[in-house]
Amino acid sequence: MENLRVLVVDDEADFLETIVMRLQRRKIDASGVDDGKKALEIVENERFDVVVLDVLMPGMDGIETLKLLKKRKPFIEVIILTGHGSVESGLQGMQFGAFDYIMKPADLDELLEKIQQAYERKRIHEEKHGLSGE
Amino acid sequence: MLEKGYRKLRWKIIAYTFCFSLIPLFVLGFTFYHQFRESYTAKIMQNLRTLAENRRNAIDLFLDERVSQLTTLAYTQSYSQLQGEQYLEKVFTLMQMRSKSFIDLGIIDQDGNHVAYSGPYQLKGLNYRNEEWFHEVMLRGVYISDVFLGFRKFPHFIMAVMRREGDRNWILRATIDTKIFDALVKEAQVGEKTDAFVINKENILQTTPRFSGSLLSKAPYPKYSPSSSTRVEELKANGGQRLLATTSFKNKEWLLVVQEDPTVVLLPLFHARHMVILLVIVGILLITAGAVLIARAMLQQLIQADREKAMLDASLMQSSKMAALGKMAAGIAHEVNNPLAVIKEKVGWVKDLLVEEDIAKSKNFKEFQDAMTKIENHVERAKKVIHRLLGFARRMEPVEEKVDINKILSETIGFLENDARYKNIEIKTNFSEKLPKTISDSSQIQQVFLNILNNAVDAIGKDGEIQISTNCVLKDKEIVVCISDNGPGIPNEVLQRIFDPFFTTKEVGRGTGLGLAISYSIVEKLGGRIMVASEVGKGATFTVSFPVRGE
Repeated sequence: MENLRVLVVDDEADFLETIVMRLQRRKIDASGVDDGKKALEIVENERFDVVVLDVLMPGMDGIETLKLLKKRKPFIEVIILTGHGSVESGLQGMQFGAFDYIMKPADLDELLEKIQQAYERKRIHEEKHGLSGE
Repeated sequence: MLEKGYRKLRWKIIAYTFCFSLIPLFVLGFTFYHQFRESYTAKIMQNLRTLAENRRNAIDLFLDERVSQLTTLAYTQSYSQLQGEQYLEKVFTLMQMRSKSFIDLGIIDQDGNHVAYSGPYQLKGLNYRNEEWFHEVMLRGVYISDVFLGFRKFPHFIMAVMRREGDRNWILRATIDTKIFDALVKEAQVGEKTDAFVINKENILQTTPRFSGSLLSKAPYPKYSPSSSTRVEELKANGGQRLLATTSFKNKEWLLVVQEDPTVVLLPLFHARHMVILLVIVGILLITAGAVLIARAMLQQLIQADREKAMLDASLMQSSKMAALGKMAAGIAHEVNNPLAVIKEKVGWVKDLLVEEDIAKSKNFKEFQDAMTKIENHVERAKKVIHRLLGFARRMEPVEEKVDINKILSETIGFLENDARYKNIEIKTNFSEKLPKTISDSSQIQQVFLNILNNAVDAIGKDGEIQISTNCVLKDKEIVVCISDNGPGIPNEVLQRIFDPFFTTKEVGRGTGLGLAISYSIVEKLGGRIMVASEVGKGATFTVSFPVRGE
């Protein structure tokens, strides 16, 4: 996972901190922000391949963040983290261009697998369009 | 049997129906009877009046004729002629030939001496100068007496005519046979109880009445009153009702009385009254029966409606309870879910760190690892509960597909077969082959069946039987699935809460109390119904029905 950069967006500080640490421990270049606005700012300045996005957040919620993110950076893949036991918000997220969804509390291995797949797809997309990274 | 409110209502309906039906009945019955009585009585009175008047005319005519006969005789014969007894006898015999009305005939001079007599009695030589009638006839010229016994001690009445011949007066006097007069009066006694008699000014009977009273005695009624017109009246006398017609004569101050017994002549009226009463009673009975029947029918409808409403209310309440609980469950799940996610990540992090060497050397390393694994396991368990909770709470549109209920049941049984065989539980099926396919969500239906069957297996425990049957009720367009077990049954207090979320009878950790709650909301969402019936000791039966829907 050479260049893979992951951004985790979640308002729960403990969760955010721990998951970033665990990803980093698995040699993934991960960062974290605690709301949608900051996420949009940071993707403008830095390159990220995959964004793991919580749905329920105060202020700008996950779905809205997703819409704006996809508008500004169409190639970034997003994995929705849903607290809802329902597939509903996950499916809604996918409607707006999310790669997949995963239910909280998530299994790290499952998450890693999905991040991997998302990254693959991003690379394929970029190759198709003759782009490579930024 | 009936609740108090219903009973009260029933009496109300009966009372109202009764009143409003009876009032017209009574009015009708009374009016008819009254009208009939009026006209019938009028007719009877009229008949009586006619009868009395006819009789009076006949008697008047009789008296007229007698008076004329005597007058003619007096004025065609002279005193000197009639004075001769033989001549008088001849004339009397001549008169007797035509009519037997006269009993005797006599000539009286102006001094009251009976100078000549023809008849059965020895009256010649009697002097009438002091008799009242003598003065009357001398005064008026014509006289008709009341009935009296006289010298003969025999009831009779006399008729006298005075003639003035030259300078002296003489009187022709005749006795009228009261039998003939009586017979004339009695001709008015046409009916079974009709009476006719004559009274004079002093209310003395001049003829013998048919029923009560005797000749020359005082009649108890009516009171004599001179009046030219005929009077018809109803009178209460001698303990009975009487109809009286009274009319006075032209020739004499007598009153002809014709009397009817109303119980005889008004018999048709009484019949009519009995008929009316009978009809009213029959009417009352019919109305009573009708009112009771109407009340019963209405009440049955009402009870039916109330029962349906109660059922609807109950199901509405269950629905709203479910909705509220669903919301609450979702809220709680959410709040619990986030800390759970943090715990899980933290445990993961600790486990990650445990891999590092220096800690691995610690003598409690194994304990740490065990504890972490346990924490992880229990987080996993909590997660499952929460996800089921959220599954209950979510409002997902069901999938629409063609569904074969029999097939779903067979598949579901397949999941449980091993478990059941191990516990020696026999699953018997009786599927209807004519079951139509319907549009529904097969995986959700399967979840429902799985929940019910799981519960059945758990309830039986060991050695038992589960019966599953499917049926199609074409009338209601429903597919009905019955799942019965012969387990211990469900007590009533449990039965009432069996579909409530978090309600479970299973031991802690084995059931979430959501299986049947979820099943309930699924079936409801699919437009069906789920019902349970149970008797302690005999097992339980779950009945699930789905609507048959075409494409």
